[in-house]
Amino acid sequence: MTALDWIVEIASWIAILMGSAFLIIGAIGTLRFPDFWSRVHAVSVTDSAGMLLLTLGMCIQAGFTLITVKLIIIGVFLFITGPTATHAVANAAFVSGFLPKGADKFRRVIKLADKEAKIAKKRKRSPLKGKL
Amino acid sequence: MVNRMIQGIIAALGLAALWLLMSGLYKTLIFVLGTLSVLLTIFIVNRMDKVDGHKLGYDIGIFATIKYLVWLMVEIAKSNWAVTKVILSGKKPENNNMFEVPVTQKSEIAQVIFANSITLTPGTVTVESEDDNFIVHALDFAEGDMDALADMDARVSAIETDNAGAVS
Repeated sequence: MTALDWIVEIASWIAILMGSAFLIIGAIGTLRFPDFWSRVHAVSVTDSAGMLLLTLGMCIQAGFTLITVKLIIIGVFLFITGPTATHAVANAAFVSGFLPKGADKFRRVIKLADKEAKIAKKRKRSPLKGKL
Repeated sequence: MVNRMIQGIIAALGLAALWLLMSGLYKTLIFVLGTLSVLLTIFIVNRMDKVDGHKLGYDIGIFATIKYLVWLMVEIAKSNWAVTKVILSGKKPENNNMFEVPVTQKSEIAQVIFANSITLTPGTVTVESEDDNFIVHALDFAEGDMDALADMDARVSAIETDNAGAVS
């Protein structure tokens, strides 16, 4: 092995090990935090740092190949869908009225959204009908 | 009409390139299947456009977006470290807080980028979007958080092009 190979190996393994550590930290946080609203935040450590570092480490391992291109595509998709999924979970809790302590002033927003959804439902029962 | 056709051809070329990168196999059968999939996708996308007629605008500058992404990576690293410290400290997170953040972006895509940036930085989650502000939940709320989010808001607004918001 040449010196360059060693540098590549060491860099990729540092990234992979750090990514794994962040995954474990996220899991610990999910287990240890007391309620739903703090657990959502623990998951986002896994989502951002863990995912990014693991993908980076695997990219360095693969070198300039098609696999790296695929890994980058996977990384970009997770970079967009991860926060979207987190938002969907948090939003579902919010709209169903499961609010954290001291956030009761936001109940008016839920009522507003509820009203809007009912109006929209009444207006278009079958949005695709007659259009295709 | 001609415009639509050019858009379709560009989309087909993009999809073909993506498919070639993904498969890595170059046999006749695979090529035929790939061509059929690309054509089917273009057909379905074209047909779906009749349903809502909603124009998708990409009113963001590409170099400004790359610059913003680099800045975002640094922010993600910083707030990851902060949340990691909270997790490993063994204490209960006490400063949970839900608050409103004003939004100044005009185009939908920039608003989505801002909301997803808030969620992507650990410690803050966008919960609900209203007309001109987001409802955000923070794990460990500190005094400077509102200023940091206002700074992020200004940076996302800066990547919009001048005619943003005109299309939608």
